[in-house]
Formats: sequence, structure tokens, C-alpha cells
Amino acid sequence: MNSHSDKRVRTIDRVNASLAERYARERRFRTAGLAAVSLGLLFVSFLFISIVGNGYTAFHQTKIALEVFFDPQQLDPDGRHDYDALTRADYGGLVKASMRNSFPAVKTRQEKRALYAMVSSGAAFELQHMVLADPSLIGTTQAVWLTADDDIDMLVKGHIDRSVPESERRVDDRTLAWVERLEQEGALKRRFNTAFFTNGDSREPELAGIAGAVMGSCYVLLVTLLLAFPIAVATAVYLEEFAPRNRWTDLIEVNINNLAAVPSIVFGLLGLAVFINFFGLPRSAALVGGLVLTLMTLPTIIIASRAALKSVPPSIREAALGVGASQQQTIFHHVLPLALPGMLTGTIIGMAQALGETAPLLMIGMVAFIVDIPGGALDPATVLPVQIFLWADSPERAFVERTSGAIMVLLFFLVTMNALAVVLRKRFERRW
Amino acid sequence: MHTTIQYMAAENTLAPAVSGDGGQALAEDSRDFAGTVGDVTVANPAMTARNVNVWYGEQQAIIDTSLDIGKSQVISMIGPSGCGKSTFIRCLNRMNDTIDSCRVTGDIRLEGQNIYDKKLDVVPLRAQVGMVFQKPNPFPKSIYDNVAYGPRIHGLAEDKQGVDEIVETSLSKAGLWDEVKDRLGEPGTGLSGGQQQRLCIARTIAVSPEVILMDEPCSALDPIATATIEELIDELRQHYAIAIVTHSMQQAARVSQRTAYFHLGRLIEVGATDDIFTNPGHRLTEDYITGRFG
Ligand SMILES: Nc1ncnc2c1ncn2[C@@H]1O[C@H](COP(=O)(O)OP(=O)(O)OP(=O)(O)O)[C@@H](O)[C@H]1O
Ligand SMILES: [Mg+2]
Repeated sequence: MNSHSDKRVRTIDRVNASLAERYARERRFRTAGLAAVSLGLLFVSFLFISIVGNGYTAFHQTKIALEVFFDPQQLDPDGRHDYDALTRADYGGLVKASMRNSFPAVKTRQEKRALYAMVSSGAAFELQHMVLADPSLIGTTQAVWLTADDDIDMLVKGHIDRSVPESERRVDDRTLAWVERLEQEGALKRRFNTAFFTNGDSREPELAGIAGAVMGSCYVLLVTLLLAFPIAVATAVYLEEFAPRNRWTDLIEVNINNLAAVPSIVFGLLGLAVFINFFGLPRSAALVGGLVLTLMTLPTIIIASRAALKSVPPSIREAALGVGASQQQTIFHHVLPLALPGMLTGTIIGMAQALGETAPLLMIGMVAFIVDIPGGALDPATVLPVQIFLWADSPERAFVERTSGAIMVLLFFLVTMNALAVVLRKRFERRW
Repeated sequence: MHTTIQYMAAENTLAPAVSGDGGQALAEDSRDFAGTVGDVTVANPAMTARNVNVWYGEQQAIIDTSLDIGKSQVISMIGPSGCGKSTFIRCLNRMNDTIDSCRVTGDIRLEGQNIYDKKLDVVPLRAQVGMVFQKPNPFPKSIYDNVAYGPRIHGLAEDKQGVDEIVETSLSKAGLWDEVKDRLGEPGTGLSGGQQQRLCIARTIAVSPEVILMDEPCSALDPIATATIEELIDELRQHYAIAIVTHSMQQAARVSQRTAYFHLGRLIEVGATDDIFTNPGHRLTEDYITGRFG
């Protein structure tokens, strides 16, 4: 009896003795986890701060206020408001005349050229738009805000240091003096940069926008989604539910898993060889980009869909079969709805991957400099990440902030897609 | 302690029965076996099984078993774990088809029709031979849709009203109507375990089967829910042939009119429940129901 109770006490003592060590181990584990999460968050916030810090100015553009006299002599000599004539008129001359009026002291040709360079080459088109929209402006004088050149923009945004000697500065002392005069007059302002969202690419940073790339990305993703989702779901359902287990299906399975690990550029080469060289589809087209990205995302979606199908409890299948549902009814009425959230998550992950993909698209010519906003899947197009790549490669200082600005837009789309995935999943889950 | 020794002794006489390779063990065991004790037939059978053998790959799970399932009565199947009760009952509506390695030979008939006939469609078969599983498995849909699913896919009702009627009568027969009639739109998975199991029974009887198979329907339930289901089974007996697998001999005694005792893939004994429990005809049956092993 005595020895028995002794033994019990000893057991409890031993448990207590080990308890401290056990708790310490748990604490260490928790601390390690917390440290890992904090480190991750630190890097993410670092990334965000640097991108936003570099890029938020891209959403502003410096404008110059000019008194523009819409000279009828120059624009519409015969006074008929003829559309073609108005389109072809010399608006550049109008801008130059207005600049000369604002700076009457400027006389020499060389000085004049420097003066004209302060305004973007796009300013003439802005005037053209105004006149075409409202021909009654002809003959009047208007105060117009015109887009400034990117060097002026950078100067105003403080990206060009005014204190360094002239020889090390992109803007010379003379122009700097003019800018300072305009600033004092309040004729230099930063406005919301609509051109960034409505224009296609351009060699002039102040005119370059992401609209072309965004449309390109949309078309590419649309093609990818329309092809990849149904094909992947059909494949997953067939392999998981209908296919017999034999050497062939094993082989297919191994290959699908391998495809998921193939470097994406290989898919680009494949697309070049098959879709462009063999089938003769147009180069740089969103359709080809979508086809290539379909090949790339298929394995991801198939694997996620199969996992989703596998995770449907067998009891549900048995229940359906037990009341006399056919195999197909079991799958379409019960298994597929239950697996759908998982499939959607996989699809959106695949789409996000496709949205951020660059390398395979370079292979099929989507890296070209394309000014026009694509109007369809067969038009030459580029996509957001490729646009970022192109801008990051450009020497102009103003493209640095545009690169970051475009990255912010890309991140915005990615976050939106992930949020959409979460919302969709929640919606479907609540229905059961 | 006492029972363990008895069990070991029993095992010794049966050669390396329980552990080790099943097929081998069964083959050696056959020396001891001289056919099922009792009458496997009934006057009014809903289903007849003759010389059924089932293999999972190389391993034989059911050996040469013949048994009738009588109309308007409950037959319970008892036996130690792994003896093949589930395997046998799942042959009766070809649920074993879903297991790739499973192979069935023999002759199982429903109303004179061999259900393992190559030409036979399993869909109507499973509508005629319904199944209730060990774990309640309602669909993750509303209570109404759970019950209405079977009638809908089989086209048992002309219109919405017909479906409504079937849902109500099925839930009433399953003794669940009063509890759920005000919340038919709520998910079936939100019910209690016992209610879920009754919902599954309602779902099964909604397609008006001839036979209802139940594989340990109460093993996941508390005694009160179990009692409710047992009462329900007793009532359902009037309209259906019922085969129930159970680990509880009390339950077998309470709900069934016939009892079949399985051991290591063989049907050892079958007979009226009262006889089996008061006067078992085979030593193994006696050992089992007196609690000496299993
Ligand atoms: N899917 C399967 N694959 C391979 N062998 C199986 C499978 N299902 C059952 N078996 C084997 O068949 C034999 C009978 O199993 P079964 O499930 O019919 O036993 P049971 O009597 O229902 O047991 P329990 O009372 O534990 O449910 C066992 O030896 C088991 O290991
Ligand atoms: Mg079982």
C-alpha cells in the first residue's frame, strides 16, 4: 500500500518536473513562429513602403497654365469649322505662340527651343481635343492647363535636385529660372494624372499610361480563364471520378505534376513553336498569350481541383449512391458543388499566377512597344508585368515612378482577385 | 481476465484465425465448419442470397454464404468485428461496386432477378434496396432537399406538391416531422446526431424501397436516440424488409425477428432471434452471445 502511494507521488513529481520543460518548449515554438511571421510582415511592409514611396507621385502630373489664343487665322482660315481641316491644323504652333507670349523676353532660336521643350509634345493634342469638342473656342482666348514635359515634372516633384551644379542636372539654369517664375505665378500645378490610366504606352513618360497593358492583361486573362477553368475541371473530374486506375492514368498524373514544375519560359517557347509558327496565329496577340498561360496554369488548377474532389467526404458519395443516384448524378449534384470552392481557389491562384507572368509572353512577342490600346484578343498587346519590365528598362527618371505606379496597379488587381476568391468561397460555403 | 483466457483457447482451436493472413486463416478454419446451422430460407423472401463469395483482392471476406431476407421482418446480423457483416450487407445493393478491389460471386436475387446480372442497372436496384449508414451522412443541403432528392431524381412525383407530400410522409414515418416541420429549409447537417440519422432514414424511405439495409445505424448515437430509432425500425417493419448490422446483442434482441451470426466470413448460424439468444445451435454463436469473445 505504502509503496504503491510512493510510486504515485513519484509519477506526479516526474510529470511536474517535465512540465516546465514542456511549456518552455511550447513557448520557444510559439516565439519562433511569431518571429517568422514578423519577419515576413517586415519584408512585405518594406516592399510596400518602397513601392508606394517611389510610385505614388506617378498618379500626379505637373501642368502648366497658358493663355492660349485660338487663332482663327491658323486653325480655320476659311471659317467653315471643317472637321478634317480642324484635325490637321497646327496646334503645336498655337502652344509655341502661347509660350512666347508668356515669356516675351525669350528671343534667340536656341532659347526658344528650350522654352518649347518645357511643354509636353502631347500638349498640341490636348488643344486639338478641346477644339474638336467645341469649335466655338476658335477666336477666343482661354486659360488652359497643359501637360508639362517629364523633366519639368521631375523638377517640380523634387526628383531633380535644384541645388547641384548645372552640369550635373538634367534641367539647365535658364529653364530652372523659368520654372521658378511659373511657380511664383501659380502657373505650375500638380494635377491627378488621368493620362496614366487612359493612355497607352509612349516614348514620352508624361504621356505614357497603363491602359493598353491593362486591356492586354484583361484579354489574356479572359482567354486563359475561359480555356483553363473548364478544361482543368473536366480533366480533374475525369481523372478523379471516372478514369480507371492503370498505367496510363498513372503516367498522365505524373506528367501533370511534372508540368506544374516546368519553368514558365518553356511554355513560351512551346507557344512560339506551336501557336505562332505552326498555326500561324498573330505575334504579340493576347489570344496567343492566353493560350500560353492556359498551358501554364492548367496543371495548377487541375491539381487544386483534384485535391478539392478528393477532400469531399466519401460518406456523401455513399449517401447519394445509396438513394439510387447514378455516378454522374452523384458527381454533378453532390461532389462537384462541394469541391467547387476549392476549385475556384485553385483557379484564382492560377489566374493570379498568370497575371504576374512575364517570361513566356516575352517569347511570343508581347514585349513589343505598342502605343494603341488593344481592341480585341487578336490585336497586338502587352500586359501589365511586361509593361513594368519595359518601363523599368527605360532610362528616363520619370519612368521610375511610373514603374512603381504600374506595380501598384498590378498589386491592386492581385489583391482584388484574392479578395474575390475569399468572397466567392464564403458565398458558396454559406449556401450549404 | 477470465474471458481473455477463454478467447485464447477458442482461438487455438481455430488455428491462427484472428491475426495474420485472412485467406489462409479462413481456409484452415474450414475444417471446423460443417455448414450454416438453422434454416437460411424464409417463407416470404424479399431477397435471396445463394453461395455468395466476396474477395477484396486476394483476401476472401465472405465465404459461401446463403441467406434470405424476409418481407415485413427485421433480420439482424451480428458477429465479431471484421467478420464480414458490412461486406455482406453491401452486396445486397451492390454498394461494393464502388470498391475497385472487391469481387463478388454467387447469386443474389431481388424478386427473382439476379442483381449481379451484367445487364442489370444499379440505379433502380439501389432505389429498391435503400441503405442507412453507420455515421449519419445527410447531404449538406436543406432538410427538405435531403428527403426530396431521391424522389426528384427518380421522378416519383408529378409536381412540387407531390414532392411536398412525399417529404412529409417520409419525415413522419421517420418520426422527425414534428421536430423539423417548421424549419425544412435549414441545413440537414445542423440537426443533432439522432435527428440526422432519422433524416437519413427518411431520405431512404422517400424512394419507397422494398428493402432497407442498415449498417450499425445507432453506433454513433446516445441511448435515447438509439431507443427512438429502434422504435422506428419496429414500425417500419410493417412496410419494408429490413436488414440491420449491429454490435449490440440487446439491440438485435429488441428489434429483430431473425438473427444471423457471422464469423470470419462465414454465416455460422441463423434463426429466430428468440431461439438464437436462448438456445444457440453452434458453439461459436454461444461463445459470442455469452460474451466470451468478439
Ligand atoms: N475496402 C476494403 N478493402 C480491403 N479489405 C476490406 C475492405 N473492407 C473490408 N475489408 C476486409 O474484409 C473483412 C470484413 O470486413 P467488414 O467491414 O465486412 O467487417 P464487419 O463485420 O463489418 O466489421 P465491423 O463490425 O468492425 O464493422 C475484414 O477482414 C476487412 O479487413
Ligand atoms: Mg462494419
